[in-house]
Amino acid sequence: MAVFSVNNIAIKGISCCVPKQTERNIDLDILTQEEVRKFIDVTGVEERRIAADEICTTDLCCEAAEKLIKELNWQKEEIEILVFVSQTSDYILPISAAILQDRLGLSTNCIAFDVPLGCSGYVYGLSILSGMMQTTGIKKGLLLAGDTISKIISKTDKSTLPLFGDAGSATALEFAANAQLSFDLGSDGSGYKTIIVPDGGSRNRINNDSLKVQTIEKGIERSACDLVLDGMDVFSFGITQGPKTVNKLIEAFEIDKDQVDYFVFHQANMMMNKMIAKKLKLPIEKVPYSLKNFGNTSSATIPLTIVSEIKEAVLNKPSNLIMCGFGVGLSWGTMFAKDCKIECLELIEV
Amino acid sequence: MEINTFLKNFADILEDTDAALIQQETVFRDLDEWDSLIALSLIAMADEEYSVKLTGDDIKSSNSLNDIFEIIKNKA
Repeated sequence: MAVFSVNNIAIKGISCCVPKQTERNIDLDILTQEEVRKFIDVTGVEERRIAADEICTTDLCCEAAEKLIKELNWQKEEIEILVFVSQTSDYILPISAAILQDRLGLSTNCIAFDVPLGCSGYVYGLSILSGMMQTTGIKKGLLLAGDTISKIISKTDKSTLPLFGDAGSATALEFAANAQLSFDLGSDGSGYKTIIVPDGGSRNRINNDSLKVQTIEKGIERSACDLVLDGMDVFSFGITQGPKTVNKLIEAFEIDKDQVDYFVFHQANMMMNKMIAKKLKLPIEKVPYSLKNFGNTSSATIPLTIVSEIKEAVLNKPSNLIMCGFGVGLSWGTMFAKDCKIECLELIEV
Repeated sequence: MEINTFLKNFADILEDTDAALIQQETVFRDLDEWDSLIALSLIAMADEEYSVKLTGDDIKSSNSLNDIFEIIKNKA
């Protein structure tokens, strides 16, 4: 199961916002020149955007949403649902979606809630939003997805620091007769430790030891409040589950692969992504990457790749898109959007 | 599944290591070139050549290349 379609809802527009500040991997002290070269070879990540202390995910998403609403000529009172997908919300509570509803000046009748997913979050978020719009009859909704993962990464951990960047996105969904979005979603919590921030939740409350920096191995020093990534298990999971979920969706909906214009994957790391594309026998020109300049931006990778790499193409002609996210949870989601003409805004920098 | 082919496949993912050093009993972790990125290439190789899903634990619990070979053989 978990393969389903949502009818009469279409993706109308996408806008992304990244911090101005760029961090180049070649400038990092924690990697030797030889290590940087190898790291870039394997991951494809040369530089990333890093949010200043005062910029949070909601700030990036808010900026992206304001511009998108304006560009689409939407009236704010028409937006009756807002979903915020992030693992770096403003507070442990309350939810950030409520804060965003107020900041954006949306109606108090607006449904607003957070979904704390990462890599699979964009596809999950679109399924939740479109599904609720279909059942409620809401005509216009916003998905705000992104992370400022740099805030929960140790500056002295070479296994995470050079990989992740910050970004926020806004995606507009609207009622459209005959439109269809199709999904395959799944999860495997047996791998929950693969990508984890151990302390700060209610399982391990913050205690006196939480912020103590531990040396895990040479070049990897972090506290229990920092992100831990088991690269080997993530890789093994990605190259197995990525192709599986895409194939499942293609088979379930009898999608002709040749008719798909672009396969937009979560940007995990270049070697992993290239292996997934190879296993699926996808032509390279149909698989865009934004890893080089932005790294892994969690739930924002898919919209960021669309905006930064294939904006003109999806803006000018109706495109068939497959989007696929996989990672933290472990969790994955793939979707097919047929004939979508998406208003893609210029990348915003703050 | 042939140990010699496996050793050749492993030697192929390395850039700077003399292929003569890649033997059944080689402790891969002691190779100068071994790091977490080479580990990813090893997982990729197991998938491509043998259709086997090698996990982080499989690699962490192994010492010699023969240990890895046995794990892949048992999973294949």
